[in-house]
Amino acid sequence: MTAWMLAVLETLLFVCLAPLLAGWIRRVKCHMQNRAAPSLLQPYRDLVKLFRKDAVLAEHASWIFRSTPYIVFGATILTAAMVPLVAVELSTYVIADVIVLVGFLALARFFTALAGMDIGTAFGGMGSSREMMIGALAEPVLLMTVFTLAMTASTTNLSGAVQYTLSSGLVLRPSFVFAALGLMMVAVAETGRVPVDNPATHLELTMVHEAMILEYSGRHLALIEWAGKIKLMIYFVLIANIFFPWGIATELTANNLLVGAIAIAGKLALLGVVLVTWETVMAKMRLFRVPQFLGFAFLLSLLGMLTHVVLETGG
Amino acid sequence: MEFTQLSLYDQAIMLFAAITLFTSFVMLAQSRMAPLIYTFAWQGTLLAVTTSLVAYVSNHPHLYISAGISFFLKALLIPWMLHRLSVRLNIHREVETVAYPSLILLAGAGLVLFSYYVAIPIVQLSALVTRNTIAISIAVVLLGMLLMITRKKAISQVIGFMSIENGLFFAAVVSTYGMPMVVELGIAFDVLVAAILFGVFFFQMRASIDSLDVDRLNRLREVDE
Repeated sequence: MTAWMLAVLETLLFVCLAPLLAGWIRRVKCHMQNRAAPSLLQPYRDLVKLFRKDAVLAEHASWIFRSTPYIVFGATILTAAMVPLVAVELSTYVIADVIVLVGFLALARFFTALAGMDIGTAFGGMGSSREMMIGALAEPVLLMTVFTLAMTASTTNLSGAVQYTLSSGLVLRPSFVFAALGLMMVAVAETGRVPVDNPATHLELTMVHEAMILEYSGRHLALIEWAGKIKLMIYFVLIANIFFPWGIATELTANNLLVGAIAIAGKLALLGVVLVTWETVMAKMRLFRVPQFLGFAFLLSLLGMLTHVVLETGG
Repeated sequence: MEFTQLSLYDQAIMLFAAITLFTSFVMLAQSRMAPLIYTFAWQGTLLAVTTSLVAYVSNHPHLYISAGISFFLKALLIPWMLHRLSVRLNIHREVETVAYPSLILLAGAGLVLFSYYVAIPIVQLSALVTRNTIAISIAVVLLGMLLMITRKKAISQVIGFMSIENGLFFAAVVSTYGMPMVVELGIAFDVLVAAILFGVFFFQMRASIDSLDVDRLNRLREVDE
């Protein structure tokens, strides 16, 4: 019973802290670009503001358009529940299969793309088409990374994989280096960050994710934006806990959980700084260059798998 | 032997070997001249690091000398010469058009698989700790060839050629802990002389056909019909 309570609590923590991470990233970015930074709590204020506003629906909106925010938010929360944040081996991790995780993310993307086309505006359709192109290229990379991990840990269970990396101690695996780099590039593409998409702009010609959700307002928009923030955090936690799992709680004692919470907070803050540095250094690329970017990510994950076969299992 | 049972130094050799392979892929994907030369320099550096790690693990002090020579030649001198040449020829900011970039990268991945397949019998015969990296060294050779085939500019072909030499040197280090010193010194000077000759060749080529595109050497006439 306490295990279930902890699992629910952890998911709640995940969902509630995602805007804080977004605020942190925004703040670091402002500092790096010599701008005055907004408060860390600004994303919460934005969300509250959006929840208070009325939702405006287009006349021709079907049930798909109306239900998409809830489906996306629900799928994202379920994904968040599977990812080990503070501790491994909580009750939800029986279903914490990585392929299920990829499936949930695909479900959310599918419905967002449908909703983008539902109203029939030009921007929505354009955004959906671009999003599906990026998705179709990013998903194989994600799966290849997952398979590299699964071949090493002999399981596709996230919790099991984290425990495997924990128990084998410090091992310099070439395959993990490539898989981590590939996963980072996919994370950048999937969460719509620079250089694939710019989350801070509504420039018509370049937007991808923003174009799909252009027609949303009020609580619908709040839910979708919140889900976007959770998705970013999911990728961060995946990178942090799979490749650098040290500090995560393996036993459910208060002391271990506290250490786990501090460890993950530190790792996420650090990853945020890495992302901001990357975004500040890189320029947004043309949409037609994105396949090349993701092709390189695919190559990285493929190299991860190849080096696993060649270097780590042979002999 | 399980990978987790190897010592950290052995694992580091594998890691650096993998990153060396990765630099080959970066060279394949890089179409700008100056970064291509820098990547080549990085490959030389990684090669030297891997060689000195092998020297440490296998207790073969003479490999430190090879590592030193290859660092001096392939990470400093030859990249510096190539860079100076490209600045003097005013091509260091040029972007080369590569046909089907993604397809070339996938073909490269296929070559890695092929070299793994080729290396299996050698790996089974060998008893060295580094035997698994033999496949990587063959792959570096093949990727260098792929770079030469896919590029038209003479300077990138030279880099592909040097990268093949990197792969051969790497193969010698990991499969037999290095060649005799005389052979290694001979090859090192050969490469150096080759680099200097290529430089002369570039200027000749530009003087006679006004371009570094080797495809234009196939034509017999200077003027297009």
